[in-house]
Amino acid sequence: MTALGRLFRTTAFKLALIFLFIFTIFAGSILGYVAFSARRLLEEQVNLTVNEEIKGLLSQFNSGGVLRLVRQIERRSHQPGSSLYLVTTAAGETLAGNISGVDSEGLLEAGSYQLYYRVVEEGEPRPHRAIVETVILPGGFRLLVGRDLDETDRFHTIILRAAGWSILLILALALMGGVFVARRVLSRVDHMTETTRTIMAGDLSGRLVVTGTNDELDRLAQSLNAMLDRIGELMAGLREVSDNIAHDLKTPLTRLRNSAEEALRVGSSSDSYRDALEHTIEEADNLIKIFNALLMIARAEADNVLEGMSIEDASKIARDVVELYEPFAEEAGIHLEIDAAEMVPIHASRELIGQALANLIDNAIKYSSESIFNETVRSVVVSVKIEDKQALLSVSDHGPGIPEAEMDRVLERFVRLETSRTRTGSGLGLSLVAAVARLHGGILKLENNRPGLKAIISVPSVP
Amino acid sequence: MAVASTTAFSLDQYRKISRHFNTMKILIVEDDASASAYLDKAFREQGHVVDIASDGLDGYALASEGQYDAIIVDRMIPRMDGLSLIHGLREQKIDTPILVLSALGQVDDRVKGLRAGADDYLSKPYSFSELLARVEILSRRGRSIPTEDTVYRVADLEFNRLTRRVTRSNTEIDLQPREFRLLEYLMRHAGQVVTRTMLLENVWDYHFDPQTNVIDVHVSRLRAKIDKGFDNPLIHTVRGAGYTVRDSAR
Repeated sequence: MTALGRLFRTTAFKLALIFLFIFTIFAGSILGYVAFSARRLLEEQVNLTVNEEIKGLLSQFNSGGVLRLVRQIERRSHQPGSSLYLVTTAAGETLAGNISGVDSEGLLEAGSYQLYYRVVEEGEPRPHRAIVETVILPGGFRLLVGRDLDETDRFHTIILRAAGWSILLILALALMGGVFVARRVLSRVDHMTETTRTIMAGDLSGRLVVTGTNDELDRLAQSLNAMLDRIGELMAGLREVSDNIAHDLKTPLTRLRNSAEEALRVGSSSDSYRDALEHTIEEADNLIKIFNALLMIARAEADNVLEGMSIEDASKIARDVVELYEPFAEEAGIHLEIDAAEMVPIHASRELIGQALANLIDNAIKYSSESIFNETVRSVVVSVKIEDKQALLSVSDHGPGIPEAEMDRVLERFVRLETSRTRTGSGLGLSLVAAVARLHGGILKLENNRPGLKAIISVPSVP
Repeated sequence: MAVASTTAFSLDQYRKISRHFNTMKILIVEDDASASAYLDKAFREQGHVVDIASDGLDGYALASEGQYDAIIVDRMIPRMDGLSLIHGLREQKIDTPILVLSALGQVDDRVKGLRAGADDYLSKPYSFSELLARVEILSRRGRSIPTEDTVYRVADLEFNRLTRRVTRSNTEIDLQPREFRLLEYLMRHAGQVVTRTMLLENVWDYHFDPQTNVIDVHVSRLRAKIDKGFDNPLIHTVRGAGYTVRDSAR
């Protein structure tokens, strides 16, 4: 019974019931109207015929007097399937006709009536209905002509019966249709529910069946499938990220553990312990930096929107960061130059863009120090300009650079912390810069500076 | 980097010779017992008095009495989160300096904290010397020179904020605009330890952790202009913490 109960509760079934109700009312009223009009039309027809006959009989009376009329009536009365006739005197005595037992009082008045009477057929009196018209002739004679409505009534009954049957048929068909549609929809929805249950149980590869009819359920299934695809992608991304995190955090953690263990094993003086502890703190700080960068990258990957962004002048940020690094560069024997346009407005977090530039400059200075070239090319140039509505913030050095084949790899898999640059520092520089660029709706591009590396942060500029 | 090692102290040495030593009463609102025990011990070692609340409501009740020089609040604590606590205190017109100590360390987390009414924001994990320096600067008791003074003086170094003239022994010192602001911040907190990140925040208005000691180079340049040729160095390095400006001769 629960299956039936569920069927009754489906939307499709409820809709079928509503349609059934509305259709029944429509069909009923249309058939009723047809029956009513047909009846009226037939009765009008009868009235006309009766009128015509009375006119004919009146002209007989006018030319031949009452005797001729009586003769006519007597003749017509005995024809089979005939009309009703009656001629009486002013006092109501019957002179001729084929009806009897009529309440003569009622017929004394002129006019049109409906008359109920009985016809004896095969020994049985049966009720009949007729339309009659009475006229008063000169000399007080009354003439009554009528037509039996039996046939009309029979016709009417047939129409009504037909209406009844067709309504019943409509009811039955609609009910069956409703049940069929509801069942069909219900089975598809049941199927969908079942599939989603298996997906919920952990099998993300499951997909809903698309029948190809492109109906609502198909479109729903397509949307759900697209959603599942996206979730699958995100899950795969997450798995990759967590693998990377495991790798990137386990390496320094291992180093930290090893140095602590070594201090315990070979340490003898408080000084050596102090050194080991200082080293431990250093490694821990490094871990924190890695962790922060990973969080930022994760945010960029999730396309999170940053709060607290405002219109900033990229040139001003660049000048500030260059000013911050200038003494440090000089100390490292590197000439740090800035070539910034007057005003480059971008929608940004000054803090993050500043940090990204600082990372790039930091890297550039470190790698320039390793440069095989002489003093004259040991320069780092920071430039800010607008090109095609993009603000381009670039940092160029003449250090060893990155092989061009590696550049794509670094940018493609920017989530993975590049191992090629872990020689000094935490090696997070480029990953973090790429994350910042992405958070600002832009990208990080790497180019060969021939020789050296040119890193360009390209973000939309504000007009 | 050889940054005038002759003027470097360890934090403990600095503590012993510091003339501006003041006992602070600090409220710590932190639900992690080992973290609060660590802070309790560390602050007591520095001679401060510490109260500990282990959830937001207790913290709110204690802080409402308002008898603290500084409050340290964790953001994620039971029974009332850190930011609501701060907001509630500020609504009550309690203006005790508050430092938020939180594992949430993204740029906008910091903005949220300051917007709620906190005075400073430090993300976990942190170094104690950083926290100590920040709390001491926050607390009004440690403040040696009123912010409204136009002229700051430490020994024979004079710093005029209005005329932007800096003199030492009446000899004018020519400073770059950034050096001027660096010295201004150091002198306003003369006698207190100022960390590198505090300098980056207050002089450059950046909150990230630079990978290299860019600040050290700026300070050593400033030091070359201020202390070179004088027997009595005024800018001192506090090892493992930061810098301090003070008259070491007195």
